[in-house]
Amino acid sequence: MPDTTSQPVLELRGVSKRFGAVQALTDVDLAVHAGEVLALVGDNGAGKSTLVKTISGVNQPDDGQIVWENHSVSVKGPSDAQKLGIATVYQDLALADNLDVVGNLFLGNEITRAGILDEIAMEGRSRELLQTLSIRIPSVRIPVASLSGGQRQTVAIARSLIGEPKVVLLDEPTAALGVEQTAQVLDLVERLRDRNLGVILISHNMEDVMAVADTIAVLRLGRNNGFFDAHRTNQEEIISAITGATDNAVTRRAARHSEGQQ
Amino acid sequence: MSQGPNSGGTGGSGPGSGGGGRGGSGSGSGGGSGFGSSSDSGDGENREFPPRIPSGSGDYSGEERPAPAGGGSVSDKVEELLAAGATPAEATTQAAKATGESKDVVREIVQTMVPAAGSAADPRLLQREGGVAGYWTEFMRRVKGGELGSLPVIAALIIIWIVFYALNSTFLSAQNLSNLSQQIVGTGMIALGVVFVLLLGEIDLSVGSVSGLAAAVFAVVSVNNGVNQWLALILALVTGVGTGFIHGFFFAKIGVPAFVVTLAGNLAWNGLMLNVLGSTGTVNLPNNGIVSKLYTTIYGQLAAAYGVAAIAVVLYALVALYGRMRRTKAGVPAQPLGEIAARVILLAIVAFVVAYVFNQYKGLPLAPLIFLIFIVIGDFILRRTVYGRRIFAVGGSIEAARRAGISVPFIRITVFMICGLMSAVGGMFLAGQIESASQTSGSGNLLMNAIAAAVIGGTSLFGGRGKTWSALLGALVIGSIQSGMNIQGLSNSIQFMVTGAVLLAAVVIDSVARRTQKASGRV
Repeated sequence: MPDTTSQPVLELRGVSKRFGAVQALTDVDLAVHAGEVLALVGDNGAGKSTLVKTISGVNQPDDGQIVWENHSVSVKGPSDAQKLGIATVYQDLALADNLDVVGNLFLGNEITRAGILDEIAMEGRSRELLQTLSIRIPSVRIPVASLSGGQRQTVAIARSLIGEPKVVLLDEPTAALGVEQTAQVLDLVERLRDRNLGVILISHNMEDVMAVADTIAVLRLGRNNGFFDAHRTNQEEIISAITGATDNAVTRRAARHSEGQQ
Repeated sequence: MSQGPNSGGTGGSGPGSGGGGRGGSGSGSGGGSGFGSSSDSGDGENREFPPRIPSGSGDYSGEERPAPAGGGSVSDKVEELLAAGATPAEATTQAAKATGESKDVVREIVQTMVPAAGSAADPRLLQREGGVAGYWTEFMRRVKGGELGSLPVIAALIIIWIVFYALNSTFLSAQNLSNLSQQIVGTGMIALGVVFVLLLGEIDLSVGSVSGLAAAVFAVVSVNNGVNQWLALILALVTGVGTGFIHGFFFAKIGVPAFVVTLAGNLAWNGLMLNVLGSTGTVNLPNNGIVSKLYTTIYGQLAAAYGVAAIAVVLYALVALYGRMRRTKAGVPAQPLGEIAARVILLAIVAFVVAYVFNQYKGLPLAPLIFLIFIVIGDFILRRTVYGRRIFAVGGSIEAARRAGISVPFIRITVFMICGLMSAVGGMFLAGQIESASQTSGSGNLLMNAIAAAVIGGTSLFGGRGKTWSALLGALVIGSIQSGMNIQGLSNSIQFMVTGAVLLAAVVIDSVARRTQKASGRV
């Protein structure tokens, strides 16, 4: 179990984002610690993607703070996020099918030796990385196109680790994967946690979330709708939080209360 | 896990064990047995592959972590053994003994901890067997999978040569082959530029006009205005690069499809060429000028051709051996020595046969030598530099390239500049061939032949796949058809039809290969 009493590596405080007439995020809080898998769940339109984009620097929040290792930071673009140590694996993996695994892993970060690609160093590091993550791939020298969906996903995740990030954002990593491949990816998520990375996992699949998450953050209509300890909750509780079934008299009262304050 | 695969491999697989073990994983060079020793005790175990999830953690709703209850000490023991250099099989046996757990339980734990064994143990992965038979099965599998490479074009070339030789034996005479090697250079140089553009999945329809414009610029500047020839040459090449920049700019920055930009360029540069040439229309080049010499120079000494062949073979062998040495040292899979030897011998045969043929006629012509040098440089850029890697990335997936921080417009503009440069270079050779720049420079079939050569040579029209060598092979095919038809005294009409059919065949092969590759899970 991660030490959640310690300082989170990445924290969002009261983040709001508005697109024209749509309030996509309202006052959202989120914290992920090193060695913690934080699952971010919510129905379609709950604001998951907007939140991901905010963290990864694609969107800038209108309001609120992003706190990185106890310092308030402004993330003005994807490169800022990468420099901080936030790696994002998007749902469409964006791998170059014609390049081999090594080529994809180091695309944009190629190792050179006297101006020439150092294939040997890259291949060596690729193997090392894949081995420490227990990723099983026929060969690091075959085109990515010939890998299965799960293997492609693991390559995409491994690729995000090349820059030694501290937080990895996984957007629907198990969507469209089979049972076996899903298990591979979930194994990989656990190994990321074992490497003391903070993992933010966005998923629709409750079983996946319950299997690997430490903390589950529910978003509903752009607001926080509860944080759950994955080891002490159950699927029904989460689903009712997602669908708003827990939107009962008590929560409404709390909402009225906060509105009254404003 | 700190131990590398190689420390484990060297520690585990003793001498004479056939180089299996973890060190040989995925290399395709070792025996395919790799992890096999552990499966001796459990038949059919491989069929259950991959047993990644130890029983218990596969149940997602369970709150257990993968380290199964009571498994902690076992996994500690296993880790210790593996770190000490034991093979997975040894670790399994010893850990089972030490902890009293059943072997099956231990084996599962071992397998979660021996990622390196995964690739070798994966029964779905086809390993290349040693020896000639191994190469043959690998080769057949590639062919079936649609990875044809240069195979169809080499086959086509052999057929074309046999057919024309059967019709008239002068086709394969040293004189004709030597002339052929010079004739293909102009088209081939332009095709080399086209290869770069095709790798992006784009097309450049202006290459003919650009080559004509460059020739006109050189001729007018050096002959009519008496400027230094080398300066004029540089100016002509810069003109080519400039046209490429304009194409690339409108394509990459404004977003006009390359097809349209270069089609417009085709017309516009042709107009500019006519303008540059002025009223006379034709400018003759002195036959002792550099551009004429570029085409006509032949080194008559016997040693020249053989020497170049020897240097090429030795250089290739040294580079291959040096690469192998570095790879072995770094512990990544390297080419087996036998394969390097086979490649060197094959190259030596080709190089010395070509040198012999040249020497049977007048000697080593300069033009094809320069062409080869350009091809090798282009090949080096594409396969060994960051820039080349990024061209392939943009050709494979623009989105992936962009997310990786690659400046897609930069790659696009520079690739069109390379194409413009190569068009100008090709234009120089074509001007040298006829020793003049005229209103017909760069017109006619040149554009189609250059693009056809790149495609026939095996560079995909769909982007992301291709080699600079396809410019040579494709130009050879087209040049051979033209040469053979001329010897037969056949008219242009038949020549066009045959070349058209060959081009269609090449694109059909490309499309079918692509489909087969998709079906068998490659690109």
